[in-house]
Amino acid sequence: MSGFLESLVGFAFWVQVLRISVPYVLAALGGATSERSGVIDLALEGKLLVGAFATAWVADLSQSPWLGALAGAAAGALVALLYGLLVLRWRANQIVVGVAINLLAFGLTRYLLKLAYGSTSSSPPTPGFEGGLAGNPLFWACAALVVVWQPLFSRTRFGLRLRAAGEHPQAAASVGVVVGRVRWAAVTLSGVLAGLGGAWLALDNHGFTAEMSGGRGYIALAAVIMGKWRPAAAALACLLFGFAETCQLHLQAADLGLPTEVIRSLPYLLTMVALAGFIGRSRAPAALGVPEDV
Amino acid sequence: MTRAPVMREALVLGISLLSAMAAGSLLILALGESPAHVYGLLLRSTWGDSYGVGQVLFKSTPLIFTGLSVALAFRAGLFNIGAEGQLMLGGLAAALVGASLPAGAPAALALPLVVLAAALAGAVWGAIPGVLRACFGAHEVINTIMLNFLAAALVLGLGHEVFLPETTHTALVVEGARLPALGLAGSAANLSFILALVAAAAVWFYLARARRGFELRAVGLSPGAAENAGVRVRATWVAAMATAGALAGLVGCNFVLGYKHYFEEGMGRGAGFMGIAVALLGRGHPLGVVLAALLLGTLSHGGMAVNALVPKELVDVLQAVIILAVAASSAALDRGAGRAGQ
Repeated sequence: MSGFLESLVGFAFWVQVLRISVPYVLAALGGATSERSGVIDLALEGKLLVGAFATAWVADLSQSPWLGALAGAAAGALVALLYGLLVLRWRANQIVVGVAINLLAFGLTRYLLKLAYGSTSSSPPTPGFEGGLAGNPLFWACAALVVVWQPLFSRTRFGLRLRAAGEHPQAAASVGVVVGRVRWAAVTLSGVLAGLGGAWLALDNHGFTAEMSGGRGYIALAAVIMGKWRPAAAALACLLFGFAETCQLHLQAADLGLPTEVIRSLPYLLTMVALAGFIGRSRAPAALGVPEDV
Repeated sequence: MTRAPVMREALVLGISLLSAMAAGSLLILALGESPAHVYGLLLRSTWGDSYGVGQVLFKSTPLIFTGLSVALAFRAGLFNIGAEGQLMLGGLAAALVGASLPAGAPAALALPLVVLAAALAGAVWGAIPGVLRACFGAHEVINTIMLNFLAAALVLGLGHEVFLPETTHTALVVEGARLPALGLAGSAANLSFILALVAAAAVWFYLARARRGFELRAVGLSPGAAENAGVRVRATWVAAMATAGALAGLVGCNFVLGYKHYFEEGMGRGAGFMGIAVALLGRGHPLGVVLAALLLGTLSHGGMAVNALVPKELVDVLQAVIILAVAASSAALDRGAGRAGQ
């Protein structure tokens, strides 16, 4: 136990917390954007996974982490395009489509893994950003996005339209906001951000591993709820979850005989408690999941 | 023009299956194989001999249970994304109860006990999001997803205590708690399939003929109107989620009681999510659920058979495409019908 406490005060521990939190934060910013516009974002998991695969594949081909990250963002946007087509254009049920997209991403990335590398489990090692956390441009991009995203929601014209589309689409439409266009923008942004989150996973891991998103998309969505659909608070919730995960890793190494499952479960339990209204009122955007013209 | 519902449903299914076959063909062509050859092999290896049929029935059994689970909750206006966790705990409960019975326990006593344990564990796990919805208005989608993760953590945590040393499975259940095989050429198909058909019939009766089932459907259509008519909406939500959980928990019968005779970590993984596909494809009707489960079960076993030619992950992609196509085409047709009616 004392070993664990020592590592808690160490610099390396907190660097690890940040590293683990980055993909959560990127996905949660995307999730908050989509959900505030009134579109449920269960597909975060799939976007992370597809983003990670595209990143590893392109980074392997080009030997450039930059191009890899770009490909991850583009792949996330592509998944978002499919999602938007199904739920915005064709008004299919957002929950059903979200779950199905995650299944699709799960199957497709494994299929492509076999196709591209003849492997059922992982890609060959691919390049990542060198130079630790401080030298990682994706980390700084993520930090900058956290700073920018809250004022984007609360201070800009786009943010106002976004929130209006999510709270009362008819009222927004009556003052000339094209709700469909705002939601398309939000869904696409979520795709890009979650795709970048996937890029982080692949670059940090120096390669793609099957199912490497490991439920992070769902946890990011949980963070959005914990943060009451506000980006800065959601990012903070992600840090909390990242902290819990890091603790779990260290406690596992310390082998205390204490069930690390308890710590692993913390994010899920906290989310349920928050959703039940025990951590202040957590209210979803009023028109969340409601198609525009219904 | 208004379409007859049967025509509409047929159209939805036709569009969906065709788009899945088209997507599959593209992926098969990408590998330089012939779609006709792969699909032919898939069909021969499943419905071509009695072993194949048995394996299809075995793979379909969990899907019938989870499909019914999702469909029943959906008729009450609730999304059960939590079948995955419910079936895990159902399986574990069945295995633990089955292993703790005295070795000579008669089947007439042991079987009802273990089946009940599976259903009960699933029901408890399913009731939690129902209660949270009823008491706090917390949305069941997020809660069922969280409970899936919690169930996985719980299984791992309990596993330290109950798994046999150096393994990830429990001890064998006693002889009396085992469900016999259906005797289809040594396939894994067992009596659970019949149990699943009985469950489908029971769900049909409940929804179509029983008063509680009528109330459940009323709540699903309009909670406010149901409340005004004197239906206890909150109690109905809890009951619907508990029943859905019990149905998912029964998946444990197929693996634990009918096949492996122990609970293994990862058992039945994916069946919960596939239940959403089954319920959607079966259009929420118990008979439709059984047929949809047989179709997806065919894909699931057939995927293994064609694995030498194309990765079996193809089947996961096909299943996802089917869900997407059903969701999109039924929404589009609804809108079309709505416009025509105006």
